[in-house]
Amino acid sequence: MATPVERAEPVTTEFTAEDKPWQTIVWNDPVNLMSYVTYVFQKLFGYSREQATKLMLDVHHKGRAIVSSGSKEKVEVDVARLHAAGLWATMQHES
Amino acid sequence: MIPWERVGDSVSTKIDRQEAAVLRGLVGQIDDILQARAGEAPQDELTELTGMRTGPSTAPADPILSRLLPDFHRLDDDADVPASKEDRDSAAALRSLHEPELLDHKTGVAGVLLDTCPPGGGLVKLSAEQADAWASALNDVRLALGTTLGVTEEMPDDLPDDDPRAPHLGVYHWLTWMQESLVTALSGDE
Repeated sequence: MATPVERAEPVTTEFTAEDKPWQTIVWNDPVNLMSYVTYVFQKLFGYSREQATKLMLDVHHKGRAIVSSGSKEKVEVDVARLHAAGLWATMQHES
Repeated sequence: MIPWERVGDSVSTKIDRQEAAVLRGLVGQIDDILQARAGEAPQDELTELTGMRTGPSTAPADPILSRLLPDFHRLDDDADVPASKEDRDSAAALRSLHEPELLDHKTGVAGVLLDTCPPGGGLVKLSAEQADAWASALNDVRLALGTTLGVTEEMPDDLPDDDPRAPHLGVYHWLTWMQESLVTALSGDE
């Protein structure tokens, strides 16, 4: 298959696979309070009460939730901030 | 102690002398073990030259510290997928990079609590920023105590009197109540 010599530059590179391959995961643990986890999600990510509550309930019932995604650098910062708040968070490649 | 109450941008409560002593004692202990961990950070020429601090690359052996300073990837045996070598290397690098700042944060919030909780008890009045520090510091103490007690989702309210953990569980539940009340006040729903 031939490759065009000239290609239009993508309008946005924001959502390419290279830029968005990482996810922030929060895991359930028996100590963190549901109210506190919801509060932290609102505070750190600017989520509405409804969004934050839904994510908290996912953590509680399913054992984990993806709470943010983006570049490796962004997710790294998100995990660090969640650790500062005392939540059990890790990062992983999107599968 | 009475429930936290929010007035404008500040929250307040009253704490009695004995409660203040217990709380300050526990927060002081957490602060001590965090400071000790910070003291273990490697000192090398690169750090001195660049001013960039690096922390240890391996997780603390102590289960309390290990819970307060988690890995950036799942490396534990309970994970669904075993950690790859890439994950382990990355977790080591990220810990080394981020742990000094995390320790600063956690000793910082402990310091705010110790500065604003009167040793003899009495009124505690906090700005929004100080209140967030308290919520975070209370959470760290609960994580530490929860780890020591082996707290589970199904933890009973009381343990049998002859269980050596029984008195500590009472303190744990009291801290839970205090944090819940604080978060409720901060979230603005009474």
